[in-house]
Amino acid sequence: MNTLSKKNSTPLISAVNLTCIREERLLFDELSLQINAGDIVQVEGPNGSGKTSLLRILSGLSQPYDGQILYRKQQISHCREEFHQNLLYFGHLSGVKGEMTAEENLDFNLALHGNKTQESLSYLAKVNLSGFEECLASHLSAGQHRRIALARLYQSNVPIWILDEPFTAIDKQGVASLERLFSSHAERGGCVILTTHQDLISIKPEQIKKITLDYSYDSAID
Amino acid sequence: MTLKAQSSQETENLVGTIDETFIDNALIENTVIENTALENTAQSSKPLSYRHAFMLVLKRDLTIAMRHKDDIINPLLFFVIVVTLFPLGIGPEAQTLSRIAPGIIWVAALLATLLSLDRLFKSDHLDGSLEQMLLSPHPIFILVLAKIFAHWLITGLPLLLIAPLLAVLLHLDEHSYTALLLTLLLGTPVLSLLGAVGVALTVGIKKGGVLLSLLVLPLYIPVLIFATSAIDTAALGLPYSGQLAIIAALFFGSLTLAPFAVGAALKVSTN
Amino acid sequence: MWKWLHPYANPEVSYHFTNKLLPWLSALAAIFLSIGLVWALLFAPADYQQGHSFRIFYIHVPAASLSMGIYFAMAVAAFSSLVWQLKLADASAAAMAPVGASFTAIALITGAAWGKPMWGTWWIWDARLTSELILLFLYLGVIALHNAFEDKNLAGKAAGILTLVGVINIPIIKYSVDWWNTLHQGSTVSKLGKPSMSLDMLWPFIFCFIGFSLLVGVIICLRFRNEILARNSIRPWVRELVKNNSSN
Repeated sequence: MNTLSKKNSTPLISAVNLTCIREERLLFDELSLQINAGDIVQVEGPNGSGKTSLLRILSGLSQPYDGQILYRKQQISHCREEFHQNLLYFGHLSGVKGEMTAEENLDFNLALHGNKTQESLSYLAKVNLSGFEECLASHLSAGQHRRIALARLYQSNVPIWILDEPFTAIDKQGVASLERLFSSHAERGGCVILTTHQDLISIKPEQIKKITLDYSYDSAID
Repeated sequence: MTLKAQSSQETENLVGTIDETFIDNALIENTVIENTALENTAQSSKPLSYRHAFMLVLKRDLTIAMRHKDDIINPLLFFVIVVTLFPLGIGPEAQTLSRIAPGIIWVAALLATLLSLDRLFKSDHLDGSLEQMLLSPHPIFILVLAKIFAHWLITGLPLLLIAPLLAVLLHLDEHSYTALLLTLLLGTPVLSLLGAVGVALTVGIKKGGVLLSLLVLPLYIPVLIFATSAIDTAALGLPYSGQLAIIAALFFGSLTLAPFAVGAALKVSTN
Repeated sequence: MWKWLHPYANPEVSYHFTNKLLPWLSALAAIFLSIGLVWALLFAPADYQQGHSFRIFYIHVPAASLSMGIYFAMAVAAFSSLVWQLKLADASAAAMAPVGASFTAIALITGAAWGKPMWGTWWIWDARLTSELILLFLYLGVIALHNAFEDKNLAGKAAGILTLVGVINIPIIKYSVDWWNTLHQGSTVSKLGKPSMSLDMLWPFIFCFIGFSLLVGVIICLRFRNEILARNSIRPWVRELVKNNSSN
């Protein structure tokens, strides 16, 4: 805690003594961390180690068994509206509706989070979906669904990005441009928290902080 | 640089290390300055209004329903078929049928609503849009209310429109038609609202369908009792405004309370 | 009050507290129940109209009122769990639900058994029996929902929300069923009226009532203890407890 006082800026998100129990299995215990503006945090760990659980807890979707999440030193349950205005969460599921067109999907996503929708076509172009704006999403591939959802990143006035496996079903080129987007977002003063099994190639290694979760079941017993 | 968060102690190390590397980072000065810029843009985005959020979700759900018309038509067909089964099971005597017509129509309406409830949150839960709604800065109850209203427009309103036809099939007393329509108009929204609580609780469960009916049907009993009694009373030519008032009270009660229960339940279900 | 309550929010403390409480509670329950039941079934005077079949009243009425009471207790527990995030309140609600359902079932079965000599039929759509039947459905819904979740914590929260929705609905359902019953009264033979009791019937009834309430307390404490253990199985103190028990 006192290491923090060296710095003036408050952390964007901090977690205090998180404990997470899933299906009677202890995933992590007393986990504390602080994420500042400019951080790119990669959460690592084998399957089932609680990466997704951690991200969901940080975003406020799941409640931890114990512990708190603070947004700028305020409990997130006390500043829900402000926190959600400054948070972009992208989970395993893309949240894209097959019955709506790519553009309608993106417009709804933007409007739902209180963003303007005028430039949604240009965001779709940035994720290589120009020409597909009027296509029903059910006619598009899984990768394209994820691109529609990721297009929101380009309307990036939201500082906190929590991305769970953002590169799944995205081609090489797309991954590279996403990585560039992450570094520029961090340079602009945002933070990115992500899980991925790939190495981040285009981001300078010194820019990435890693958190490894491998709280094994055996260590919990002792 | 890899850090292991194996114990609380080491986690504290982790925090320390992140911080120190951060101070080393040459970008930090810029970061702080531009950070404020990022914040300002975030706050200057569209102001949040309840009406806007409500219309947004309503429009989306109606668009989806119009492009997926089975969801509208199937519960309606179910409603018609169930009602048709009764004369076949009981016998075609007009007198018997007109005696039990209010009960049949209302029980069939309950079952049809129950059948259609699943679509309220299920597909949104499966494709992840429910999470996004819960993470939006809008209050959850507004979004939930919009979804329930859309659900009623898609399933409750068509029941209302087709009910007179079924009333003819069942020889419902002539004086009861207005009562039937009024009770359906006030009662079906209650079914949608209370049903939404049940769906929100069971949406994360794999085989939630049967469970849903177990949770929801007992809650439907008061609506059933007062609605059928209003129709019966109307058939006798007596005033039935008392029953209607009670159904209206049930409607306003569930309108104010159900969205909050649904919001809380959805948070549990997506946990 | 909050300061006083706080230590009991700790699972370990409340586990040991229930452990200490149990023998006393069980002893009291045994005393009251044996006195009450023997008095009621053997020595209390028979009803001048209903004869000995009246004696089922000494079980039916406590069961019926306890079935309602447990639901309200569950609702209080659910409320405190949702508002103050008390995990133990969840555990206590989970402990209560099956007990409440059993007592509702007992009330229904004894009610039907009472109905047979009185009305000549096992089931009659009497307002109270009907409400009791619906209460049983509500209980079964809560239990089914609780079982449907893998995660005990989530199960507790979901069941809690349903309990609260149910508790708001119970008065409405009760009122509507009563109203429905008076509306169709032509079909009912007679209602279970409140008989004015003479004192030599009242005393055994009071003993039975307190005895059954204590019995409910004992069963809930037993189940509550198990719920605490099941929910804290990864905690060191539970492991310690298991180790000590198995070595003894």
